[in-house]
Amino acid sequence: MPAVHDLAEPRLVLEQATKSFGSVRALVDGSVTLYPGEVHALLGENGAGKSTLVKILAGVHQADSGRMLLGGEPVSFTSPADSRAAGVSIIYQEPTLFPDLTVAENIFVGRQPRKRGRRIDQARMRRGALDAFARLGVHLDPNRPARGLSVADQQIVEIAKAISFNANVIVMDEPTAALTTVEVARLFDVTRALREQGAAVLFISHRLEEVFAICQRVTVMRDGKFVRTAPIDELTVDDIIRAMVGRDLDELFPKTPTEAADVALEVSNLSRAGVFDDVSFTVRRGEIVALAGLVGAGRTEVARAAFGIDRRDAGEVRVAGTALPNGSPRAAMAAGVAFVPEDRRQQGLVMDMGIDHNVALPSLSRLRRGGLIRRSAERRLANDWAGRLQLRYGRMSSPVSTLSGGNQQKVVLAKWLARTPTVLIIDEPTRGIDVGTKAEVHRLLDRLVADGVAVLMISSELPEVLGMADRVLVLREGKLVAELSRAEATEDSIMRAATGQAAGVAS
Amino acid sequence: MTVITAPLVRRMFRAEGLLRARELAIVIAILVVFVATTINNHAFAEAHSVQQLLTGASLIALLAVGETLVIVTRNVDLSVGSVVGLSAYVVGDVFVHHPHTPAFVGFLLGTAIGAVVGAINGLITTIARVPSLVVTLASLYIVRGIDARIVNGKRIDPVNVPHAFTEVGYKTVLGIPYLAIIVAVIVFVVGYAMRTFRSSRDLYAIGSNPEAATLAGVPAGRRVVSAFTISGALAGFGGALFLAEFATVDATGGTGYELSVIAAVVVGGVAIFGGSGTVLGAALGAVLLNTINQALVASRISSFWNQAVAGALLLAAIAFDRWVGLRVNRRMQTAEGAHRDV
Repeated sequence: MPAVHDLAEPRLVLEQATKSFGSVRALVDGSVTLYPGEVHALLGENGAGKSTLVKILAGVHQADSGRMLLGGEPVSFTSPADSRAAGVSIIYQEPTLFPDLTVAENIFVGRQPRKRGRRIDQARMRRGALDAFARLGVHLDPNRPARGLSVADQQIVEIAKAISFNANVIVMDEPTAALTTVEVARLFDVTRALREQGAAVLFISHRLEEVFAICQRVTVMRDGKFVRTAPIDELTVDDIIRAMVGRDLDELFPKTPTEAADVALEVSNLSRAGVFDDVSFTVRRGEIVALAGLVGAGRTEVARAAFGIDRRDAGEVRVAGTALPNGSPRAAMAAGVAFVPEDRRQQGLVMDMGIDHNVALPSLSRLRRGGLIRRSAERRLANDWAGRLQLRYGRMSSPVSTLSGGNQQKVVLAKWLARTPTVLIIDEPTRGIDVGTKAEVHRLLDRLVADGVAVLMISSELPEVLGMADRVLVLREGKLVAELSRAEATEDSIMRAATGQAAGVAS
Repeated sequence: MTVITAPLVRRMFRAEGLLRARELAIVIAILVVFVATTINNHAFAEAHSVQQLLTGASLIALLAVGETLVIVTRNVDLSVGSVVGLSAYVVGDVFVHHPHTPAFVGFLLGTAIGAVVGAINGLITTIARVPSLVVTLASLYIVRGIDARIVNGKRIDPVNVPHAFTEVGYKTVLGIPYLAIIVAVIVFVVGYAMRTFRSSRDLYAIGSNPEAATLAGVPAGRRVVSAFTISGALAGFGGALFLAEFATVDATGGTGYELSVIAAVVVGGVAIFGGSGTVLGAALGAVLLNTINQALVASRISSFWNQAVAGALLLAAIAFDRWVGLRVNRRMQTAEGAHRDV
């Protein structure tokens, strides 16, 4: 689509918007121009100012300076209602629906169509919802409650809400972070439908392949500043990454070859009825073993059972030769196992607690004297690890919920590494974090194995698996179907094993 | 309404599935208790006994209606019992000093007193952003204190309450007590409104997800104040009904009602953390709890069991909700697993 924006007037222009919070300059030069009928990527590392820019468009924050034009007219939004009334809708990564209300009510909350006597016109409301879904080409029952909808469906509801408002600027803030491939494909279909109907879509994602798949133009930000805008076909992945990080990322996955030593974790014949069956593997000190497979193949479940969060029905787990009792994470921790879960907000962190408390949590027994926790020791431990992991934070005592995703993940890592584990189980180590932090996490894992830690890594990102793992175990429907060496593991061989397409590689 | 076609029934169940099921379950429970007790003690099914069942449940059911509005918004109103006491005494006091006051003025006055207390509860909760649990706990004591000050050791005696007023408390139409009819009308009117108007759907939205409600432009503060005001007004009206029913009141009238009301609301399937539940369910919850109390009396079981049974029923109701929730979750998960990949 070469010339679409040469003909059209820009729908929305944000020029040199600035925003400071106290002494923190979140946005130094927020600039972006959106044309009708384009999907426009906004890229940048966490902390580059994307969220602040989005919140200015949403009317949640007001820019300190700069200007915004909508259809050529200067506008300023003082509230989310202003922004929405002007036709700007924001689709957040985790939509905030009303779980108890129906899908149709969620779309029309506060502006339900009414009939005589100010009564809600249920039939018209249902039709309105169905209309919106039809325009998006999706099927959803408008009468079902929103509770239990998948994240992907919740986003669809939000998008339906946006188009029922006749929004013509739609901002999608990392919509794909929690979506499966099929769901991403559907979201893209919906996004294309929006584009064809003339909406301007601002699309934020950390996954560059998605940007290349759906976007026409790209704007890159760094350190709160606009870096460049360019049509996608004039850019390569390297160009974008260089613009984002301001330097060349020589190696995204810097795994250095290590010598695997003694077996640290030995899992034999592990079974849990209906979840996984007869899974056996070992992880040696100084190696990274990846558990690959489709979502639902039982990867996380195997890891949870090995750590003792879920009970196993059969089998054995040994750490450095000693068998672990069934269903006891405490025993696993005592034996030197650490577990970094996939969902850091729900499982990895206590979001409202300070950084220091979170880091110290698994180490409290070490920080105790006479039954009392020494605050100073807690601080010291947290400061030490914050330094080692280059944590970016305001105050040690501020709640971890105030940190960016990448920094939250570092806190989770710090909290477990502070126990100096010999076995680290890590589930989706880099989900939802930016390219720069991702590389830091990978470098950290690399350093850990070099120091003789045994790492069991679960990852849905094949490049990460291929880049980091010494060996790849592939699970399919709860069974271990392949074990691939670093040399054998390719995107193709893993996917074949994971999907059960025989062709030679399956064990 | 005698012919209910199968598709209609199916649609009803699909539309508000679990809620409908809950109300049906309570009705069945009421019938089971009623029939079982009647087998033991035939007097239980006699007209005056049934009338007593309905009258006895009316006041709590009425308060449960207002409480539902508040709890649906993820708040709670603990002051209803005190409001009943204050309203009942003040209305009685007016009759003492102005014996010719028309009966309806008494009801209006009671309602107004409650509405004022409710509005204050709501305003403090929303403006000062104090949890309503604390605000209404405070007003529970303050209102009771004001009541005690006004009562000052006296009491209202039946001779001082006009006949036209107490009639409402004992008269019947076709064997159905006035009291029950009044409350039933309120239950159905408020129940209809809760399904039908934007403002009442907003209450559910606020309780379901307060932040999203604000983002969606729902005037949350105003709605919560209204919910409290209505709850207060119904409690004040309930105070007048209290006086009409018992024709006497001292400083302790309505003491402890708030807990019975909340028990009824929870047994009736209103989620204690807001967002879901119906007025009808809450009112039926009140009827169920009262029926059980009376059944225990009729079966000559020690009154100690009254409260124990109420407690057990609460636990059962919560366990039921939890069980349903888990089942729904599990169904969602398997459905999700089916279409996910990579």
